[in-house]
Amino acid sequence: MSDRTLLEVEDLHVSFATSRGAVRAVQGVSLTLNQGKTLGIVGESGSGKTVLSRAIMGLLPRSSTTQTGSVRYNGTEILNAPNDDLRKLWSTHIAMVFQDPMTSLNPVQRIGNQITEPLKIHLKLSKGEAKETALSLLMQVGIPSPVERYQAYPAQLSGGMRQRVMIAIALACAPRLLMADEPTTGLDVTVQAQILDLLGQLQHDRDMAMILVTHDLGVVATRTDEIIVMYAGNVVERAPTNVLFKSMAMPYTEALLKSTPRLANPSHTRLTAIEGRPPDLLHPPAGCPFSPRCPYAQEKCHRERPPLVEAAPGHSYACWFPLTAARPQEVTV
Amino acid sequence: MTDTAVEAEVVDTTEPLLSVEDLHVSFHKGSQTVQAVAGITFTIPRGETLGLVGESGCGKSTTGRAIVQVERATSGRILFGDTELTALSRGDLRTLRTQVQMIFQDPISSLNPRRRVSDIVAEPLNIWKIGTKEERKESASAMLDQVGIDPYLLGGRRPREFSGGQCQRISIARALVLKPKLLVCDEIVSALDVSVQAQILNLLEDLKQQYNLTILFIAHDLAVVKNVSDRVAVMYLGRLCEIAPSDLLYEAPAHHYTAALLASAVEPDPETARSSAALLGEPPSPINPPSGCRFRTRCPRAEPRCAEEVPEMRQIAPGHQVACHFPIGA
Repeated sequence: MSDRTLLEVEDLHVSFATSRGAVRAVQGVSLTLNQGKTLGIVGESGSGKTVLSRAIMGLLPRSSTTQTGSVRYNGTEILNAPNDDLRKLWSTHIAMVFQDPMTSLNPVQRIGNQITEPLKIHLKLSKGEAKETALSLLMQVGIPSPVERYQAYPAQLSGGMRQRVMIAIALACAPRLLMADEPTTGLDVTVQAQILDLLGQLQHDRDMAMILVTHDLGVVATRTDEIIVMYAGNVVERAPTNVLFKSMAMPYTEALLKSTPRLANPSHTRLTAIEGRPPDLLHPPAGCPFSPRCPYAQEKCHRERPPLVEAAPGHSYACWFPLTAARPQEVTV
Repeated sequence: MTDTAVEAEVVDTTEPLLSVEDLHVSFHKGSQTVQAVAGITFTIPRGETLGLVGESGCGKSTTGRAIVQVERATSGRILFGDTELTALSRGDLRTLRTQVQMIFQDPISSLNPRRRVSDIVAEPLNIWKIGTKEERKESASAMLDQVGIDPYLLGGRRPREFSGGQCQRISIARALVLKPKLLVCDEIVSALDVSVQAQILNLLEDLKQQYNLTILFIAHDLAVVKNVSDRVAVMYLGRLCEIAPSDLLYEAPAHHYTAALLASAVEPDPETARSSAALLGEPPSPINPPSGCRFRTRCPRAEPRCAEEVPEMRQIAPGHQVACHFPIGA
């Protein structure tokens, strides 16, 4: 696998104009992704993870958003690029699997039409060729009796099957980068495992890069090379997956992990909940955005925003008093 | 001990508060019949939380809805204490609903958007005309306070001004304001973020102690169910596969379906073996379920006997029941 950089995001800011002011949904995010690698973006609702992935795709409405910074795909700037240029990238270079397979498919079009459409538009395949490719794609994503399903409408399929169809559509034009936004949320555990296996297999076969956006640390723990943790529009920690789970530095990452119920823990294990709520992105706090809820917060945290610094190779975090370092109160003892 | 506990009639604690016996619930779709629940039996002793897990369409929600009588049972018995719920008249059922409450998945749509949250929580008290108007208002405020919603600051607001987690707290307050004995929770945390989910689960544990609640906790998330439940029942295609004390069930599952579910679950730890799809395909249609054991079409251990003979629930260890001809470890 090559180390060629496929995607580079630098200091990306996204804000939405609302009647109450600008909502700063993404506040200076930088990331890089190499060919064939998987990046997990983890965060709770409102953390900006979905906005970030849509900004990378160029899917946000131009009229109501302000996007600054840089998104380079294969060295080419694509942030705020003209729609015609983006259309050439979509499907053939970057494709996306959305969360809700119920609403992302067109309910009045047959499955077959929805898969052949990108093939005919982007790859200029003939009707016959497109159908052949579509059937082979349906087979690859594990849909039983593809010939019958080709004629089916989305409503005739289960949620898991619809998500497989979404994946088939996304993969139709052999993209180099697949964005998967909560691809398994709302699916049953057994189906979730099937879909994650399928994505991993296809990614491996095609040497495709993937961004896996999720709220579930369990989904990214064993299926990503690197993880970015987002909170209130900021990247608060970034590390290779193993490093993150072994030596997490940001208290928010720890809090997120501790509030997740674990199969390994005995029943009635008290969960460590994160008290309070995320900050209002209309008026983000001056200091660390997590400081109002952070059990370790000091005076400085409320006053000054910690920058994202690379403390060890590949491991960055935005925290004045990281978990891995000795704490001030511990030092004074 | 609280006043309510002193007032409560003296009962044997091992006596079940809820007994479900051979419950069937069927729906008709044209000429076809969907057996959503096809003969399940279990009991919940007073003060216990029973978790009910299974995948979508397995009938777990229908079971919960049948217990609170939102759905009527096709056959079978549901005993609440000594009262047979399926035989009650409408009037008696109404009275009984004060003791059996349900909380739903979607916290926002289950609250009336036009009403103030203090009125939403006081509504059950108003319906039953419990106490004076002032007392009701006070009880509702106290209840809101208990679930972590400041009644004086926020009681006058409407549901849309609250987050999903807060709406779920309000739903809990509404369900508990009449001091019910049995609470049916149907996927109450599945729409919430993990940090909020933890808050709600902790709150439920606290309230359970305080009000001496008996809970049927329905969810699809295995880790969530384990966290709150004393015992867990696993359901597949309308039938129960296995019931056991939580820790035992997760440590030594006896049913192949339980084992497959556990193997599919993801854990936030890269050191654990990567979960992988332990089951292929999807459950068959409940309109035309497989003969014999309903899981046999996807079971790695299925033999001809599984197609011919329905496996009955049997005890394999104290408190551990399984419906399988060839249980794991046997």
